[in-house]
Amino acid sequence: MPHHTLKPRQYLILGLVSICAPLGDTCLSRGMTHMPAITLAHPLSLIAAVFTPWIATGIALLIGFFASYLTALSWADLTYVLPATAFGNVIVALLSKFWLHEPISLARWAGIVLITVGVGFVAQGPSLTERPTGPDPAAAPALTGEEHAR
Amino acid sequence: MILSSSAPHPGVWTAAGMIAAVVLSSTCGEVLTAAAMKSIGDLDEIRARTGLKGAIRAVITCPLFFAGVFFLALAFFALLFALNHLDLSLVAPASASLTLVTNAVAARFFLHENVDRRRWASAVFVCVGVYLLAH
Repeated sequence: MPHHTLKPRQYLILGLVSICAPLGDTCLSRGMTHMPAITLAHPLSLIAAVFTPWIATGIALLIGFFASYLTALSWADLTYVLPATAFGNVIVALLSKFWLHEPISLARWAGIVLITVGVGFVAQGPSLTERPTGPDPAAAPALTGEEHAR
Repeated sequence: MILSSSAPHPGVWTAAGMIAAVVLSSTCGEVLTAAAMKSIGDLDEIRARTGLKGAIRAVITCPLFFAGVFFLALAFFALLFALNHLDLSLVAPASASLTLVTNAVAARFFLHENVDRRRWASAVFVCVGVYLLAH
């Protein structure tokens, strides 16, 4: 059972969570903005979009994000792991500005900074909720009584 | 309802609806996934004991995981739809940040996580940040 401080390898996984998601989102945006407008009357166009190169690359990156994210969730609280993605907002802003050439106003920059500072608080706290343990500490993380690892 | 990217900017409520769809489906997915991963246990330890295949098997034999993936897939297509009409620099930070807030509430009540003052303060910062982002 992990304690409340993370090992360097675990920080590396949180880093992957932060980086893969914004890169994937940027690829998705690049792909979707170059497609004709999609209407709710033709939702299947969204499925076809999945097979275009930019969207496929975005999906590959998001799969990398998801693998890291699942690993992180297995040893840290959801409310600890999610803020790790906040740094991704800065990366999204930089990619949007310099790669997609979207305008970023000062207010948006301020918002991005504020979000990052806000979630920085969370990172300084414990990574896992202390739970009152019964006789079998291995049972402590079970929240819903569902499947356990063999 | 027909939305077209040829229209310069969707209305505020339309944009809010697109982002809300991403946030709500994403929150359901993430809470279910987190519950699944906590019920499975530390993946690093499982992988050390049974290898990568064992870790993958532990994940894909958990029903809660698939419930989470279903909602995350829903969130993904909602995101694709939103990206077709709105700027990435609005959609990505706004949906990610609002999801953080809704997740803090959901984690407190459904996962019984210790969402302390530090984490609530973080949620407030994020809300203000999203407000600024929307301008």
